[in-house]
Amino acid sequence: MNIIVCVKQIADPEAPEESFTLDSEKNVFIPSAKITKVLNPFDEQAVEAALRIKDQSGAKVTAFSLGAGLDRAVTKKPVFMGADELILLEDEAFADGDSWSTARALAEGIKKNGSYDLILCGRQAADWNAGQVGLGIANFLGLPYVTVAKKIEIIDGKARVERVTSNGHEVVEVQLPAVITVSNELGQARYPAIKNIRAANKVQPVVWKPSDIGIDPSSVGKNGRRLHLLKLFKPVIQGTCEIMEGESTEEMAENLALTLRRAKIL
Amino acid sequence: MGDHKHIVVYGEIIEGQLGAMTKELLGGGRGLADVLGEDLVAVFIGDGIGETAREAYAFGADRVYAMDIPGAYEANLYAGGLANILEHEQPRYFLFGHDDQGADLGPALAFKLNVAAATDCVELSVEEGTKRLLVTKPVYGALVMAKFSTDDLPQIVTVRPKSMIAPDPVDRTGEVRSLDAGSTALNGRVKVLEKIVEESEGIKLEDAELIVSGGRGIGDAEGFKKLAEVARELKGAMGASRVACDNEWVPATIQVGITGKIVAPRIYIAVGISGASQHMSGCSRSKTIIAINKDPRAAIFKQAQYGVVGDWKIVLPVLMDKLKALD
Repeated sequence: MNIIVCVKQIADPEAPEESFTLDSEKNVFIPSAKITKVLNPFDEQAVEAALRIKDQSGAKVTAFSLGAGLDRAVTKKPVFMGADELILLEDEAFADGDSWSTARALAEGIKKNGSYDLILCGRQAADWNAGQVGLGIANFLGLPYVTVAKKIEIIDGKARVERVTSNGHEVVEVQLPAVITVSNELGQARYPAIKNIRAANKVQPVVWKPSDIGIDPSSVGKNGRRLHLLKLFKPVIQGTCEIMEGESTEEMAENLALTLRRAKIL
Repeated sequence: MGDHKHIVVYGEIIEGQLGAMTKELLGGGRGLADVLGEDLVAVFIGDGIGETAREAYAFGADRVYAMDIPGAYEANLYAGGLANILEHEQPRYFLFGHDDQGADLGPALAFKLNVAAATDCVELSVEEGTKRLLVTKPVYGALVMAKFSTDDLPQIVTVRPKSMIAPDPVDRTGEVRSLDAGSTALNGRVKVLEKIVEESEGIKLEDAELIVSGGRGIGDAEGFKKLAEVARELKGAMGASRVACDNEWVPATIQVGITGKIVAPRIYIAVGISGASQHMSGCSRSKTIIAINKDPRAAIFKQAQYGVVGDWKIVLPVLMDKLKALD
């Protein structure tokens, strides 16, 4: 069983707002140098989903990452968690892509890598929030897909997936090979284990440039974008909060009741 | 590409009725169609839905199509089916809701048609001259807004729930044209075995007029029981932040935020919620936000209209007693 997991490096989404600067001339949102790069949390859960299958029935797990100037320590995290191989699509040309150009390049990389039974992605990335790359890979490779999974089991060449829906979940069975995107309801991803570290230190990432996967640099990254960013701006947050006064918390709470009743809100 | 015209909306029938998201899309789509001087078209997929689909006329559609596909929704099958509409319509824009089905189908159809999709958009407008659709969506956990467009046609967009206004129905009807589902290579490779409803009883979160929502500050599942009681007494529904759901204090179905539910009640009472942008993005369209939090610097106070800086365990019981005393 060959499992591919696609992971994206992003600026820590838990970082406070003040640690980002918006440059509205250049339309970029820049994290300060202090902000660490992390794996997109949903992608980390996709790695976890792959490793649970590996624990259960054995599998070779290959992590794919795409970008320019990737942080080597972060790219290795899936391997420290228990993945077997690491392939980086890394080149200046891959920078600033959109879902379309990213999915296309990943699909070509996955094809070049050879055989696959299951391709896992996070449901969306916490930075651009598009949630399209998994669907794109499925399309480019001609595979069926299931999105927003919270549980994946492999039974007789099929994946049985619990797909999160707004009022519960549905159980979906998909023939492999297939693409599945993973949601946070899957549960906590494991921490890198000490026992993996020696083996992981031996894993050297394979690095491919656009020419290695047979794509022209002009159709990846920024140049391959189909969706054009016109403007980045801060949302207008209105709200002048009336903070309840009082000597004690109880008094403040009573004042809240009085205020809300007077304003005919409650 | 010059022949692309009109706006197609992907419609859904939920429990035998036109879905709330569908009405919102028809409202938003009607506005865009009027700017362009073009038609608004609705397409539905499902099992024997013709009669209900007809209602889309009352909400602004100029043409309605229905495709009969028996059985439960399955993304690969529906996306394949939707591509067949192109034999009848070459839309300029194709709008989906950003929900269980639309978030799945919109991008899949886009890749199939070799065009770009923009997802989870909260604002749509027509660019003068080019007639391109300009879309705005929150990014970086809603810390910033991004405006996008594309030269691809059709432009495929998924729209966040509660960001367009559903129109009042008018006395207007027409015929429902039937569409052939066709078949694709992927047919039969995915099967929906079961649909499981985990939703708690009572008022649906999306429909509630009042929501009492809890976050990390509630501390445990026990705390949420108290919150649920308050919600019940106020005849509202209970919501939660992602932290509370991930900790399994409450079911994931009540999560409010970017990856949870988008709500816009009349009153949103945020209890022990710090106000992270990912959460606020899911409730910022509420009419009145009331915040209860121990931390005076919590971001929630920047967006709330009324606030109490204090321990919710003290605030809530006193608030409820006082409200009763004032009745």
